[in-house]
Amino acid sequence: MSFINYLSREINCKLVYYGPGLCGKTTNLQFIYNKTAPEAKGKMISLATEQERTLFFDFLPISLGEIRGFRTRFHLYTVPGQVFYDASRKLILKGVDGVIFVADSQIERMEANIESMENLRTNLAEQGYSLDKVPFVIQYNKRDLPSAAPIEELRQALNANNVPEYEAVAYKGDGVFDTLKAITKLVLTELKRGSGG
Amino acid sequence: MNPQMVMYEEEFNQIQAVVERLVKEANAKVVFIVDKNGQLIAAAGDTENLDTTSLASLTAGNIAATGGMARLLRENEFATQYHEGEKANIHIQLVGNRVILVVIFDSRSSLGLVRLRVRRASDELNAIFEALLTKVQSPDRNDVLTEITDADIDNLFND
Ligand SMILES: Nc1nc2c(ncn2[C@@H]2O[C@H](COP(=O)(O)OP(=O)(O)OP(=O)(O)O)[C@@H](O)[C@H]2O)c(=O)[nH]1
Ligand SMILES: [Mg+2]
Repeated sequence: MSFINYLSREINCKLVYYGPGLCGKTTNLQFIYNKTAPEAKGKMISLATEQERTLFFDFLPISLGEIRGFRTRFHLYTVPGQVFYDASRKLILKGVDGVIFVADSQIERMEANIESMENLRTNLAEQGYSLDKVPFVIQYNKRDLPSAAPIEELRQALNANNVPEYEAVAYKGDGVFDTLKAITKLVLTELKRGSGG
Repeated sequence: MNPQMVMYEEEFNQIQAVVERLVKEANAKVVFIVDKNGQLIAAAGDTENLDTTSLASLTAGNIAATGGMARLLRENEFATQYHEGEKANIHIQLVGNRVILVVIFDSRSSLGLVRLRVRRASDELNAIFEALLTKVQSPDRNDVLTEITDADIDNLFND
């Protein structure tokens, strides 16, 4: 749920990175954090297990440029991908303005991707959102690995609606900002549309 | 989609006044208000050396987690939480099931005093947010979003 502050002249939005365990959600945020100028970011918070698996969420506030004199600020969250953290995933989705699905390209993770996508649809529906309506992009991550499935195969399994999709190697940063730009554009466009503009 | 949270100068000033008074009356170090999605709405007191953005997001996460626990127990949301530290204590109050009022205090104050002052502040805040919500839903409000063009959005990424 976006937050428009007429006093500080800010538009605040919430983005959530979703996807199966170890697909690279946290890595996306870490790269964004490392490449964002200090004045445009806050602290990155990771609530993680000792093995660096996300336990509740990662959080990173960043600000982009101004629109009509309003600073645009985005709160980036990741969910924990491991199946048994479903209750936490539902909580993180509350009030979301845009979703990035990070798929793990490895052929052996195809099932996990599909299961996570279905889980996203279900959990959004519980909040009264439809995955077909909410601003949504897909990132095919880990393109560097030899066992990466062909894009066409991933697309067929995960992108029936033809939403914007990006190939990525998150730990190198390939595709990370393209994905972020795409979702922020969709979110702002939806905000404008939702307000009747 | 959810309705937006919107803040105008008039309501902000009212909220800020409540928050600043609460700092004084409760002998608190810091008082802040967060919406349930973790957006900081107002803060007062000794906020200089405090990462209020991070605190706001963690507070909302905390409330979301206990809210989830409450649902599993078929309880209403736990409206109040209190955490006692060695130097700092933190009192968290859900206001009108919409925003979260956080008071950080030390040994110069006491839980009893904080509770007492929070109760009154909650009532006042509730009324202010109630009014704000009505205003946000009225159709003739001046809305920056309707003026945004596609070119504006594209330009955001050209620099
Ligand atoms: N080879 C390769 N490894 C990657 C890539 N992106 C991330 N990784 C690695 O994959 C592992 C898991 O990444 P995380 O970002 O922690 O995964 P996550 O999606 O946050 O996992 P959960 O928190 O359990 O949901 C780490 O060791 C990363 O370095 C990539 O593009 N290629
Ligand atoms: Mg993670």
